[in-house]
Amino acid sequence: MMNKLIFGRYIPGDSVIHRMDPRAKLLLSFYFIGIIFIANNWATYVLLFAFTLLAIKLSGVKWSFFINGVKPLIWLILFTVILQVLFSASGGTVYFKWGIITISQLGLVNGVYIFCRFVLIIFMSTLLTLTTPPLELSDAIEYILMPLKVVHFPVYEVALMLSIALRFVPTLMDETEKIMNAQRARGVDFGEGNIFQQMRAIVPLLIPLFVSSFNRAEDLATAMEARGYQGGEGRSKYRILKWQARDTWATLAFAVLTVALVGLRLYV
Amino acid sequence: MSQIINVEHLNYRYPQQDTDALTLTDVSFSVAAGEWVAIVGHNGSGKSTLAKNLNGLLAPVSGQITIDGQVLSEDTVWDIRRKIGMVFQNPDNQFVGATVADDVAFSLENQGIPRETMLKRVDEALAQVDMSAFKTREPARLSGGQKQRVALAGMIAARPKILILDEATSMLDPEGRAEVLATIRQMKADSDLTVLSITHDIDEAASANRVLVVNDGQLVEEGTPAEIFEHGPALIKMGLDMPYPERLKAALKRQGVTVPTTYLTEKGMADWLWQLISNK
Amino acid sequence: MAIDFKQVGFTYQPGTPFATQALTDINVTIPDGSYTALIGHTGSGKSTLLQHLNALLKPTTGTVTIGDRVITPETSNKDLKALRQHVGIVFQFPESQLFEETVAKDIAFGPQNFGASEADALKTAADMLALVGLDAELLDRSPFDLSGGQMRRVAIAGVLAMAPQVLVLDEPTAGLDPQGRLEMMEMFAKLRHERELTVVLVTHQMDDVANYADHVIVMDQGKIAKTGTPQEIFQDPQWLAEHHLGLPKTTAFAQQLMAKGIQFDQLPLTEDQLAQALAHQLGGATQ
Repeated sequence: MMNKLIFGRYIPGDSVIHRMDPRAKLLLSFYFIGIIFIANNWATYVLLFAFTLLAIKLSGVKWSFFINGVKPLIWLILFTVILQVLFSASGGTVYFKWGIITISQLGLVNGVYIFCRFVLIIFMSTLLTLTTPPLELSDAIEYILMPLKVVHFPVYEVALMLSIALRFVPTLMDETEKIMNAQRARGVDFGEGNIFQQMRAIVPLLIPLFVSSFNRAEDLATAMEARGYQGGEGRSKYRILKWQARDTWATLAFAVLTVALVGLRLYV
Repeated sequence: MSQIINVEHLNYRYPQQDTDALTLTDVSFSVAAGEWVAIVGHNGSGKSTLAKNLNGLLAPVSGQITIDGQVLSEDTVWDIRRKIGMVFQNPDNQFVGATVADDVAFSLENQGIPRETMLKRVDEALAQVDMSAFKTREPARLSGGQKQRVALAGMIAARPKILILDEATSMLDPEGRAEVLATIRQMKADSDLTVLSITHDIDEAASANRVLVVNDGQLVEEGTPAEIFEHGPALIKMGLDMPYPERLKAALKRQGVTVPTTYLTEKGMADWLWQLISNK
Repeated sequence: MAIDFKQVGFTYQPGTPFATQALTDINVTIPDGSYTALIGHTGSGKSTLLQHLNALLKPTTGTVTIGDRVITPETSNKDLKALRQHVGIVFQFPESQLFEETVAKDIAFGPQNFGASEADALKTAADMLALVGLDAELLDRSPFDLSGGQMRRVAIAGVLAMAPQVLVLDEPTAGLDPQGRLEMMEMFAKLRHERELTVVLVTHQMDDVANYADHVIVMDQGKIAKTGTPQEIFQDPQWLAEHHLGLPKTTAFAQQLMAKGIQFDQLPLTEDQLAQALAHQLGGATQ
């Protein structure tokens, strides 16, 4: 109940984007971040925006979620953009110059491009997390890590750890809120006073949280053992990932996008 | 009927304990296949410790435990765990899966059961506890009673011969408790499951065929629920609530009314009172 | 100290896509000196209402008057602390709030936050431990070495140490065995009497409502569904069932008797009331 962050929250749905294989979504999202750097002119950015907006449209998730996803990061973005405008490459008409600070036409254009890149990356990664349950993401990560089994990396155990961690996030958030309330009722002011007072206020929160997490961990380990868990080997899997036609089509769409970007970069 | 659980001279001490005092002292009992046995006792009496010895979650100092013909040892412990399903007290701390279906499948995955069989068994088990509509839900969005029903579905899917309930209803609200108890009664009726329930709940104890009373790590008494419930006010010391007819009898005695000494069910009590008043 | 709600509404995460209205148009008073039971189905808004009793949450609309302090949506977070000294809340499973090295220090934590000196607070701690029925030798023990029931009593002592005028109890007997439950409820009844407390009890146990409370607030779907004395509330079993609430055991049993033809002037709530009514019908005694 406590956070306003949109980034990282799953919105259930049944769109074609929701139904895509999480491996495809994860890998293509990373790929998208890579090919953004091919873009270097208006036409390429227009194409990238058109592509991203189409993907958002297909997901059926409300636009407001994406705008809200950008909001918490807006100061970071503006700061980077301003640095870029003031201190980077000068070219074209110079509008203002004072010491090492230059505002030039090229600088401004670059600033706008950087802003676009940020927005594109945030939109695409928000799309990934809004349309993919964390559990599926952890499945995708397990699959992607699978080659590491060769070097005896405990992929199954790490995947189970990840999925248990995800499963306990809401439980521990509730717990945190509960303990904070109990200590506030005993006169603790969280987030007030100087840095030392604030650090002291954290102790009555952290110790009970650790104690309860250890207790939960012990209970969970007992329950898992009672249910026959003996480690990752020899287990069968209930949930499997299926690569379907739509995932192949999505991959092809990204391939076409790449070709078009390179084309626009070279010829516009 | 054959004996599915046989415990002989069980002694247990927690390893981190600094005294020589035993948590369980010379506990012996057996349970017939298909029986429902309730174990009662106040908090700290050793009931849960006893349950955790039965499937090797804790290892006794001495004594022998035989489950379904197999003597519990390091070699047999995993076989025995397959035969025993265990539902614990805290609904949150035993929910392993990220979704309802994943949690139900957990034991099956551990046994390496093929996926086709798993899909079928998970669906059947969820239908049996009336949780099919929640199949893809996350635990954070379930009530305590629903989480415990999911835990029971996990047991149904794994098909154990024995079900141990370690205060499985004690953290639930009355509605959740009634739901879970109804599910257990249904499971019992559907199969020849043996049930061992550790409980403070009078309704749960009343469902059993036999009640064992544990105090200070020792088995102090056993009998049918009716025999045990005759203890009246002394039941509170045994970690059980007083059944309502016993509470009313005590109150009637305070009003100077002579009451029968044998245990009466609620219906029996109502009949007795009706007779008394209508014959007056 | 009375607590008064006027047209209180509360929304979690207002103005986001996740906004959820938890309380709607709450108008209710917790009278000074009362033993008020707050009952309702899980998710009825009880715990949200509870957090308004000492301004852990501020209403999004309306006003909450706690003693002579008025809390509105605009009230600043700054000086709410004094208020929290007067309204002590024992949350569900309060043992999870223990954190200090010793029992004494943990009980002294609250008073010290409200400005008591360490020496005074430790002295209070010793008094409070006795008040909750624990032995003084536990004072220097780590709270994590105690049994579950003892830990809970230490946590309750930690709330009592602030000398609140209102004591709010959220399912204080959850997870205890029957004997522990009985002792705990008797302890609260005694404390209320000795320290002249206003008590608010959030519970699912209708028997506790019948045995201890003198005022009942029923919540459903974030609204006040009914208020009254236990006698009034339990007169209508069908209405209670519609709101997912049960009856005290006695009332349920009396209904079985009524189905057989035994008459009662008034539905009994406790076994003593029922026994009295029956003894009366039997003409005193049957010896």
